[in-house]
Amino acid sequence: MYLVRRLMGMLPVMLGISFLAFMLVRLAPGGPFDHERRPASPEIERRIREKYHLDEPLLTQYGRYLSGLIRGDLGPSLKYRNHSVSDIVIQGLPVSMTLGLCAFVFALGVGLPSGFYSAAKQGGFGDYASSLIALSGVCVPAFVVGPLLVMEFAVRKKMFPVALFESPMHLVLPTVTLGLYFSGRVSRLLREGMIAVRNAEFVMAARAKGLSDISVLFRHVFRIGVLPVVSYSGPMLADLLTGSFVVENLFQIPGIGVFMVNSSLSRDYTMIVGLVLVYAVLLLVLNLLVDVAYRWLDPRVSYE
Amino acid sequence: MSKPLRIFLQGLFILASGLTSGGCVRQQPRADVVIVNGADPESLDPAIITALEDYRVVPALFEGLTRIDPKTAVPIPGLAENWEVREEGTEYVFQLRPGLRWSTGEPLTADDVVFSWLRLLDPLTAADYAAQLFCVKNGEAFSTNGITDASKVGIHALDRNRVRVQLNHPVPYFLDLCASPTMAVVPRKVIETHGDRWLQVRPLPSSGSHTLEVWRLNDKLRLRKNPLYWDAANTVNSTVEFLPVGSPSTALNLYERGVVDIIWDKDLVPSELLDDLKSRPDFHAFPYIGTYFVRFNTTHPPFNDPRVRQALALAVNKRRIVERIIRGGEPVAHQLVPTGVAKHQAPDGLIPDPDAGRKLLAEAGFPQGKGFPVFQYLFDSAAGGGAKVHAKIAVELQEMWRRELGIRMELRQLEKKVYLAAQNGLDYDLSRSSWLGDYNDPNTFLDLFLSNNGNNRTGWKNARYDGLIHRANLERDDLQRSELLREAESLLVRQEAVVIPLYFYLGFQFYDGNRIEGIHGNILGMSAVRTIRNKAMEKGRDR
Repeated sequence: MYLVRRLMGMLPVMLGISFLAFMLVRLAPGGPFDHERRPASPEIERRIREKYHLDEPLLTQYGRYLSGLIRGDLGPSLKYRNHSVSDIVIQGLPVSMTLGLCAFVFALGVGLPSGFYSAAKQGGFGDYASSLIALSGVCVPAFVVGPLLVMEFAVRKKMFPVALFESPMHLVLPTVTLGLYFSGRVSRLLREGMIAVRNAEFVMAARAKGLSDISVLFRHVFRIGVLPVVSYSGPMLADLLTGSFVVENLFQIPGIGVFMVNSSLSRDYTMIVGLVLVYAVLLLVLNLLVDVAYRWLDPRVSYE
Repeated sequence: MSKPLRIFLQGLFILASGLTSGGCVRQQPRADVVIVNGADPESLDPAIITALEDYRVVPALFEGLTRIDPKTAVPIPGLAENWEVREEGTEYVFQLRPGLRWSTGEPLTADDVVFSWLRLLDPLTAADYAAQLFCVKNGEAFSTNGITDASKVGIHALDRNRVRVQLNHPVPYFLDLCASPTMAVVPRKVIETHGDRWLQVRPLPSSGSHTLEVWRLNDKLRLRKNPLYWDAANTVNSTVEFLPVGSPSTALNLYERGVVDIIWDKDLVPSELLDDLKSRPDFHAFPYIGTYFVRFNTTHPPFNDPRVRQALALAVNKRRIVERIIRGGEPVAHQLVPTGVAKHQAPDGLIPDPDAGRKLLAEAGFPQGKGFPVFQYLFDSAAGGGAKVHAKIAVELQEMWRRELGIRMELRQLEKKVYLAAQNGLDYDLSRSSWLGDYNDPNTFLDLFLSNNGNNRTGWKNARYDGLIHRANLERDDLQRSELLREAESLLVRQEAVVIPLYFYLGFQFYDGNRIEGIHGNILGMSAVRTIRNKAMEKGRDR
């Protein structure tokens, strides 16, 4: 019941998002067909706008767009006129998702153990060292980390390819570049989460029962302390799965991250709205999954 | 490496392998030649392409009646074997080569040529470059909806192998236009069946030296030799790949690691390294049909006074800009039409002379710049290396004019599309500009500043200029014509100083001459794909 209600609730949200995205992109000056050189006749310019219905009132255009959307048609790209937005999303999204999923696993794989270690050794040298590394991961941006990794491991040591997306080896450096920031965030969140519940009554009770330190940390503290990480995982995964402009550009990965930025610059209206919708759907679905996971992890949470 | 870390990395690797082999990545053997081409082609449809990246690929897929000689950039026979010029240059009859076929085997006939050209003009195609055929009888009227009967347009098939083209007036560069990728011959049946998505069809019929094997946006574009091309015997590679690479450092890394063989644009290598790269044997530069210049908005004071415009032009130290900022060895420009363009006689431009500039400014009522209003210089923040250059040039000009003329200029940087809108709406004082020629003739630059040209964007209208260009293009004697064009250009850059040319572009290619041959740097910057050979790959195969 709860799931159905939540899924139904997404429809008006998506409608609102599509409307806002559709209208907001039109506020930017310039249009998709403004190039360095103009067609020699204004009639040609008019024809192009007419062909893509840009001459109609905005609301009519939006209605047209919605009716296409219901049929699963995101419209033609206005920059890549021989491709539809769906073509581009279908081709690029799996690539971005592959990289995003790897980075997600990397972020959790590195962030969780490091956060756990920090919390267990709270105040000790290990905590400070681990926190310092996590914070550096958060602070140093991908456009610095990426080129450094490429310089060292691809150009100097020739351990990995410098760019492109042709084999699992091609994924290693982009995964680390993309995942490092998130692993730092995960590590910090888990540490704070675990420290906050360390002295809670149910933990005291577990200790009083005579459980060992390590098993108290694993079975009780971690289970509640990881909740902030779970909340964060929804938006994090949505971010990762929809690609990153910096990482995809640097490693020449054929995902949709590059289109996210370039479509705005080229005023590719249909592409912008299409990509916003893809991102919104992912975000809403993943947040729903997070809420479900909460319930499973924390018996105190109820949605009825 | 500790055990858990190893297990973790192995797990990640297995996950990645599963995901990448699950359909996201299809590995193919390396192409004979791999080229970094810059941005993704926006389209491969000859009728709608406008970007340089598209222009470099399309001629390999679709050929016109003529084609460009890769060494000299002059038009040579393409699909047409020869032609006859009649009626004092207003009628051309092209004879197609016998036995021409599409890459899919169907015969390629005169009807295909007529279809392709009418399609370019057809308002429903909405082609930016339809105007290239406005010189054809009734071409403009058909394109802009004056007439709807295509048979009234001066393009007809006389028989299976002959096309007759009637022009409104002689066009001295008509054969150059025929070689332009825009006018290439495209497959009628596929286009009529699939509409805008016709380029997704495989096998795609092609009329050029190669066929389209793979075109994945932001990933790669792979061409394969077309064995049915009329000149297939001279196509020296079997596969060519174009990679769209957005980051200059990535392009250079791929090149250094041997993943790619050719980078063919200066903006595709890091500008910080240009001084080093320039001295390497794999750096190749050649004159290119492009000019970087400054536009004046001539519609309001003080820039409606030619003396003020001349004063500003005289005070610019162009050599300093070229040597300090551009650094690729580009020649300074005092004219609009680049050196090396065919049939061009360069007029004397305004040679930098700050003293003369100060005198002119005083004559215009601003001695030592006193009373001169603060004005703005508009430039764009494009992606890539170009944007940095625009900003540096803006700062340099600001300082030169302050020092030499005592006038104050503010900088106004706008995002590309906003900048274009401002320029089109004459919402600027001075603006950064550049132009790349479409064909190898001075007219491709000079017609921009005709009063009614949409690309004029200066508000400058000059009946004498219009008259000179018009007369030149009716003139059948090459020498007389270039004399008239010279006079017009002199009016533009000297007497009226509507623009300040700063430098002429150079074309750049990075490739190792010991491995790659048959790549040419012609003034149009269009090396023929069919002639590029990778000797190293061939040796590897022979072994």
